[in-house]
Amino acid sequence: MTAETAVKAPRPRRTGRVRKPLLYTVASVGLLVMAAPFLWMALSAFKTRQDLTASPPVWIPTTWTLDNFSALLDQLDMPRYFLNSLIVAVLVTVSNLLFCSMLGYALAKLDFSGRSKVFGLVLAALMVPGNLMILPLYVLMNGMGLIDTYAGLVLPFAAGAFGVFLMRQFMLQVPDELLEAARIDGAGEWYIFWRIVLPLVKPALATLTIFAFLGSWNNFIWPLIATNDPDKYTLPVALATFANDPNRTVAGGNGMLMAGSLLVVLPVLLVFAVLQRHFTQGIATAGIK
Amino acid sequence: MSLTTGPAAHAAAVDKSPEPGAPPRRGRRSLNRHNLTGWLFSTPFLVLFGLFMLFPIVATLLMSFTDFGARHVTRPLEAEFVGLDNYTKLFQDDTFLKALFNTAYFVVVGVPATIVLGLLAAILLNNGIDRARTFFRIGFYAPVVTTIVAVAIVWRFVLDPSDGLITSLASEVGLSAPDFLGSETWAMPSLIAMAVWRNLGTVMVLCIAGLQAIPTEVREAARLDGAGAWQELRRITVPLLRPTLLYATVITSIGYLNVFEEPFVMTQGGPSDSTLTVSLDMYREGFNFFHMGYASAMAYVLFVVIMGITVLQLRLLKDNTR
Repeated sequence: MTAETAVKAPRPRRTGRVRKPLLYTVASVGLLVMAAPFLWMALSAFKTRQDLTASPPVWIPTTWTLDNFSALLDQLDMPRYFLNSLIVAVLVTVSNLLFCSMLGYALAKLDFSGRSKVFGLVLAALMVPGNLMILPLYVLMNGMGLIDTYAGLVLPFAAGAFGVFLMRQFMLQVPDELLEAARIDGAGEWYIFWRIVLPLVKPALATLTIFAFLGSWNNFIWPLIATNDPDKYTLPVALATFANDPNRTVAGGNGMLMAGSLLVVLPVLLVFAVLQRHFTQGIATAGIK
Repeated sequence: MSLTTGPAAHAAAVDKSPEPGAPPRRGRRSLNRHNLTGWLFSTPFLVLFGLFMLFPIVATLLMSFTDFGARHVTRPLEAEFVGLDNYTKLFQDDTFLKALFNTAYFVVVGVPATIVLGLLAAILLNNGIDRARTFFRIGFYAPVVTTIVAVAIVWRFVLDPSDGLITSLASEVGLSAPDFLGSETWAMPSLIAMAVWRNLGTVMVLCIAGLQAIPTEVREAARLDGAGAWQELRRITVPLLRPTLLYATVITSIGYLNVFEEPFVMTQGGPSDSTLTVSLDMYREGFNFFHMGYASAMAYVLFVVIMGITVLQLRLLKDNTR
């Protein structure tokens, strides 16, 4: 709402001079509350042990140090976990982009018997809390010999219903005439999908990339179950295991945990800040009718 | 397999198009002319869906009627059928009943708090301020996208009684803070506070989308009639946002019914099971004690509750949009 409205209300609200600063104050306090844990984490990661155990606690490190990071890298094989998380996230993203857009295309642009049934299946899949069904999934993966493998971490998430839904919504907007013209010119369906439709839905692909990548990066319960060998841990699993390790020395450990959390969260925050437009777009597209 | 707690759940909203995106039919000849291609394009998804979604749903149900244990992981077919034993045991199991109660507590307190704060944040950032909107929205939404394990670890320190952030703030003004995660009274509210902090951004984004669909003329008219801010909220914003709020309520409820990471990382269910949730209990029974049949029954009880809520949501939404 802008303060300058065309129609002057007979009893104008106290806008502008009095209300605006107040509203900005409230919003800023809210933002501070939302950001406080992140600030605390970022600052604590650079604190010395004295600062970490100081009572009352100190906000700003009296001496800035990188000790927490070096101790963390000594104790935990962070590069390996980082690489594991990255490999799994990239594979999940690529397979989602391919499979979800394929089905999205079929649902949006191809007449085939059973299409509405398949779409119904996709909608149903959106509503099933998959994390409740991990017990037989573990048995299945174990039987297939996929525990402690990248395949085991990637496959259950290789094609999400949300991605299908998103791609279908976007592909519905591609004009049929365009596809018909290509068909008349003798183009095959794969060519049309690959060369005509996909380039037209790049924004949707960007949105799906972010959702799939971050979903995988932040995923916890399945990697926790599907990995026994620390060499295959993803970042969250390694971090949680370390946090719940009773042998961890508390004071030094706290700084290390803050450093570790910062390393895990920082890439996410950066990606989000740069691409936040695609997030809201994705939610708005898929969310409310 | 999609986790219903992430943004992916937003797609679960009702789709308005009556018939899934049918291109205009040009006579009978065009009907189903892409049969083979259509099915080919659907195959990868359907195979993965069958293996990693449909199979687990059916198998969980079957397992819940057996004595499935550690030795059956490699020989699943040797599990013995025990009828409804797991279910009857479940409802005599004090630990599970406590987990059920804790989960209900989490939902009953957490959901309204998340919805109200999310709505207020949306109104504030959409109607209240016009400068630096994006900046504020990023800040409010950031907790949603960050890695929950890392965030839960940070909250452990924020709440630490000896050198945590809350203690520090309290000591500034000469108060002392309780040992949040170490007391049976405070542990659950602390977890709820973190969940609210983390999830209100989702509700906010949904509500902002809803608010932007309300024509400004409606607000103008209300103001011309002398409506105050409170009346505008009660008579215009909330009624017009009803479908959005209902949808947000349901996805938040589903997420909170499933709550796992927060208690796993912050309290491991303690102190004395006061933060043990159904998901965490299921994980323990299934993967720490390998009572997999029993844990499957637990999963199914929660599954039925969640599906019930989802179906209810669809009904309510349908009534609303008419």
